[in-house]
Amino acid sequence: MITKRIIPCLDVKDGRVVKGVNFRWLSDVNSPVELAKFYSDNGADELVFYDITASSDGRKIFTDVLRETARNVFIPLTVGGGISGVEDFERVLSCGADKVSVNTGAINNPSLIPEAAKLYGSQCVVISADVKRVGGEFRVFARGGRDDTGIEAIEWIKRCVGNGAGEVVLNSIDTDGVKQGFDIEMLRAVCDAVNVPVVASGGAGCIEDFITLFNEVPKVDAGLAASIFHFGEVAIRDLKLKMRDEGIAVRV
Amino acid sequence: MIAIVNYGVGNLFSLESSFNAIGQNVLITSNPYDLENAERIILPGVGAFGDAAEKLFSSGLAQPLIAQAQKGKPILGICLGMQLLFTKSYEFGEFNGLNLIQGAVKPISNVITHNLKIPQMGWNSLYFTNPSPIYSRTPNGSYVYFVHSYSAFCDEKFITATTDYGAALTASVQKGNIFGVQFHPEKSGSIGLDILRSFCEVKA
Repeated sequence: MITKRIIPCLDVKDGRVVKGVNFRWLSDVNSPVELAKFYSDNGADELVFYDITASSDGRKIFTDVLRETARNVFIPLTVGGGISGVEDFERVLSCGADKVSVNTGAINNPSLIPEAAKLYGSQCVVISADVKRVGGEFRVFARGGRDDTGIEAIEWIKRCVGNGAGEVVLNSIDTDGVKQGFDIEMLRAVCDAVNVPVVASGGAGCIEDFITLFNEVPKVDAGLAASIFHFGEVAIRDLKLKMRDEGIAVRV
Repeated sequence: MIAIVNYGVGNLFSLESSFNAIGQNVLITSNPYDLENAERIILPGVGAFGDAAEKLFSSGLAQPLIAQAQKGKPILGICLGMQLLFTKSYEFGEFNGLNLIQGAVKPISNVITHNLKIPQMGWNSLYFTNPSPIYSRTPNGSYVYFVHSYSAFCDEKFITATTDYGAALTASVQKGNIFGVQFHPEKSGSIGLDILRSFCEVKA
């Protein structure tokens, strides 16, 4: 039986892992390569590397870090951040990424997802959506959660999947950084709308939040979190043992 | 030396890294002579079957690969590389494969329960159905990483492991010196590296 995936997310800036709380404050925690290796050794099913560098120098450091990680870590790696064209897909795939997640890039360039899916296959194209409630609807936000695009989120995600995205990462801005649990309502709406894997992101504060996630939204495939793993508040091994005890299919 | 066949499909960085991690020298090559000189050969692949088969046949590497297989050299096909070992595929049409193992590649949607997602993407367990030397270090039930929408259908005698995704899908095959795995050993953590290690010990 296929297992639910637990995915630590590493936000990388200038070669270091940082984590934003509600996307605003950043604090330096660890070396990406060492942290990735630690997570892989301790039961992470997959890793997300998110490049939050703006400069081209920073981008070079990021690909160096990515390459070094892929040399040492043998679980799937998803890379996101600053992906605006198929040349960015090529850049990170050649450094060992398995999947590439697009967010603002897909909003600015509607042909990015279909082009990338055609070149590299749907299995490596991930639509990552930052979504927030605005006036009673789910709204897609761009540029790291700063800009309201005015686009309704569920239709947008369906369209991205229809265009070739093979996986959805749903990050709820409303629950991100709050540590009161995943956004169950928003995740249900997305899981009902698409038939590709959906990764839940934003809001995990404790082990129980993951149990609630997988019990309340059985169609969700994975749970993603950052700071609670980086700061040792939740150990992945403990989380997975608890999931197993609760009857959730998990790789232990 | 291990030759990884480079016919212009997919990225080979992780695969190369995984062999380096177990102390093996690899050569990523599109030169038929390298296949002849190699101790063993890896056939990788991602994407669609038809496109990959076309590239493999037009690269001039298919015939040398078949020749090496017939000489008894250990060959491992990974993911789409495994599917290419078969007679044909019905992915977006009907395409011929290498026919090193007799069977066909068909959509998993034909056999799995309809509420499951396609592709199967994630970690699932291996259930051994016939002994294979590539599993000399691997306990039954071990988790490996899969990404696929198509699966090989063939005589049970070739199937060495299945995985349960609404049906018992082919996870790996073997016919003599020819091996194939549907999952990604280079992305399956220490379990995957052990499988590659064991493949590297298979005698020609």
